[in-house]
Amino acid sequence: MKSRHKRALIIVAALVVIGVAALLILNALNSNIALYVTPSEVAAGKAPQGQAFRIGGMVKDGSLRRDGLTVHFVITDLVKDIPVAYTGILPDLFKEGKGAVIQGRMNTNGEFIASEVLAKHDENYMPPEAKHALEQAQKNGSNK
Amino acid sequence: MIPEFGHYALILALCVSLIQGVLPLVGAHQGRREWLMLARPAAQTVFLLLGIAFAILAWSFYVNDFSVLYVAEHSNSQLPVVYRLGAVWGGHEGSLLLWVFLLSTWTIMVAQLSKALDEFMVARVIGVLGLVISGLLLFVLTTSNPFMRLFPAAQDGRSLNPLLQDPGLVFHPPMLYMGYVGFSVAFAFAIASLLSGRLDAAWARWSRPWTTAAWIFLTLGIALGSWWAYYELGWGGWWFWDPVENASFIPWLVGTALLHSLAVTEKRGGFKSWTVLLAITAFSLSLLGTFLVRSGVLTSVHAFATDPRRGIFILIFLTLVVGSSLGLYAWRAPKSSLGGKFSLSSRETFILLGNVFLVVSAGSVLLGTLYPLLIDALHLGKISVGPPYFNSVFVPIMIPLLVLMGIGPWTSWKNSDLLVVIKRLWLAGLAAVLAGISIPLMMGEFTWLAGLGFLLAFWVIASGCLQIIRQAKAGKPTRSFIGMQVAHLGIAVFVIGVTMVGAYQEEKDVRMSAGETVSVGGYQIRLQDVNLVPGPNYQAMRGTFLLTKNGITQATLYPEKRNYFSSTMPMTEAAIDTGLTRDIYVSLGEELPDKSWAVRVYYKPFVDWIWGGCLLMALGGILAISDKRYRIQLKKQAS
Repeated sequence: MKSRHKRALIIVAALVVIGVAALLILNALNSNIALYVTPSEVAAGKAPQGQAFRIGGMVKDGSLRRDGLTVHFVITDLVKDIPVAYTGILPDLFKEGKGAVIQGRMNTNGEFIASEVLAKHDENYMPPEAKHALEQAQKNGSNK
Repeated sequence: MIPEFGHYALILALCVSLIQGVLPLVGAHQGRREWLMLARPAAQTVFLLLGIAFAILAWSFYVNDFSVLYVAEHSNSQLPVVYRLGAVWGGHEGSLLLWVFLLSTWTIMVAQLSKALDEFMVARVIGVLGLVISGLLLFVLTTSNPFMRLFPAAQDGRSLNPLLQDPGLVFHPPMLYMGYVGFSVAFAFAIASLLSGRLDAAWARWSRPWTTAAWIFLTLGIALGSWWAYYELGWGGWWFWDPVENASFIPWLVGTALLHSLAVTEKRGGFKSWTVLLAITAFSLSLLGTFLVRSGVLTSVHAFATDPRRGIFILIFLTLVVGSSLGLYAWRAPKSSLGGKFSLSSRETFILLGNVFLVVSAGSVLLGTLYPLLIDALHLGKISVGPPYFNSVFVPIMIPLLVLMGIGPWTSWKNSDLLVVIKRLWLAGLAAVLAGISIPLMMGEFTWLAGLGFLLAFWVIASGCLQIIRQAKAGKPTRSFIGMQVAHLGIAVFVIGVTMVGAYQEEKDVRMSAGETVSVGGYQIRLQDVNLVPGPNYQAMRGTFLLTKNGITQATLYPEKRNYFSSTMPMTEAAIDTGLTRDIYVSLGEELPDKSWAVRVYYKPFVDWIWGGCLLMALGGILAISDKRYRIQLKKQAS
């Protein structure tokens, strides 16, 4: 085989690898992205349907209620409240009155079934997404 | 007064590093020998000054000098001495100082061990490293000075984040940074050779052991971090595709590609431009990793308090480094890209293909990590890209790579007969298929993914063993050959661990009262009681769990829920019974209203093989750089 052909073949092989990878990536990105939504947006029905998404906000004071291993609480941006249910062990930093990010889906009763609760590893740290949700809500409130 | 000396030492180090960075490079360009001669003493002075600064910071921690802001923020008089020293790099400022100090350590190592190398080349390498050091020192001094005073001094410090009070923290960052920073040597060699226009096999021969050394540290650093997350963070997983984990993994992937590509450049004089490009990329990605972690644009466990000035500085620095080195590359890189002739069925082809897979996988991880930033920057909303993305993209790319790994080492340079290779390998293929079918059946459940995992792992193992036997018969194999085999074996061991955990682990979150038993993976775990136990700077609720199998006691486990006095945040300390074939992992959740406890129980088969595999990879690297040819080189130099 001529070296010109050889080089062409190697380049084609590399392109095929990259092309397949690109397909995989696009496909995976499409189905594995979780959108951040604020509690106000959820209340306004802007949450994605039939797909997992994330809510950032504050855990409302006095809303935490246990039922065996299942925990019920309310996540809020101080304007709208969304009830949440989670089964399992909460992270160490999960506390009423602190920021949290949760991932999951809405059920038909308007309750958010969380599959994952993320609380960051520093007591004074506010997740930017939670902060963003509070700021958004405040901005919209002052516009009205 | 003492912290001010540290500050002065940093300022002086910046001045000297500018001399180290500018004069040797200009001297090499204009042929001024007396300027070249400045490179080594300048590098040694910078090292000394940074060593002083680092020692002073450590001293301030040791004597609890809470008039230093950084100490007040990250230490506490109740903190045990070991963790006070670990706290030196427990925050942003100190860890950057460590970064620069390690960079300067690599520099003087190069200066010491390369006396046989052409002095123009050495001067250029030290010069490039000097420029990088001065850039980072400027960053430290302008935005993150660890010697900043606090007036009036604090009564006591805010203490180190309890998560970081662990032996893992004492070693994880220095290891990881040694790796990150070590790629700067490969980078400096690449830039120096572009500047001199002498991109030859000698250049590859010199930068290869350095790259391997950096790669070893990075491998160990990542493995330590993963192990630490597993037992300390109380999550029980070993990899989370957390952005900061990715930031260290991407340079590792590219660094691995670089190792292999350097082999071709050294042995066959090929792939020169590609190797140089990889060296530049590996270091740029290390810098990008630092940017991602330090600027706080990513939210993760590792993100310290954020300061936008820092992010902008690193971004400018990154742009300068990447821009100027790629510019130089475009200008000076040799035009013939593939070098010496080779046929399609040669080792060159296999290494090239492996490189493509490694680089593409690095690209896919990079994309997933940066995608949320990109979307946010374009105001298209806030999103997160989770582990499913990485698993569904990364794993398929690794499958062909593992197949190639079984064949590549059998091929010879330039040209080899694939039929002969296949004839020698059919046994390995058979063993792999058998393992892929039988092991999942033995574990009690066949899944295609598990079958594929074992098939690939045993393919690599069998192929490696066959080749070792063959080489041993033919004569004494070299250490670099054994090193390569051990590292590849490490990958296979790693794959076995990942497959086992992925397919057969059991995780249970349960409610338990004293006296109750839960079973997992054929083991019974009984909660005896939960007691209050005092610690040096915390109080803990400690559970006592009895682990039995078929009525025979295996171990007693003591997971804790700690409350540190200096912090209001509780800390979960998991208890793990480690074994060669399985870990049993118990952690305490919270106390429930009816006095029972939420308990997390995991059965993790073969999980320690994951880190064992990483250790084998590192061992392989160590064997490779202790090869005879490098020892001879050192001896020659000494005489």
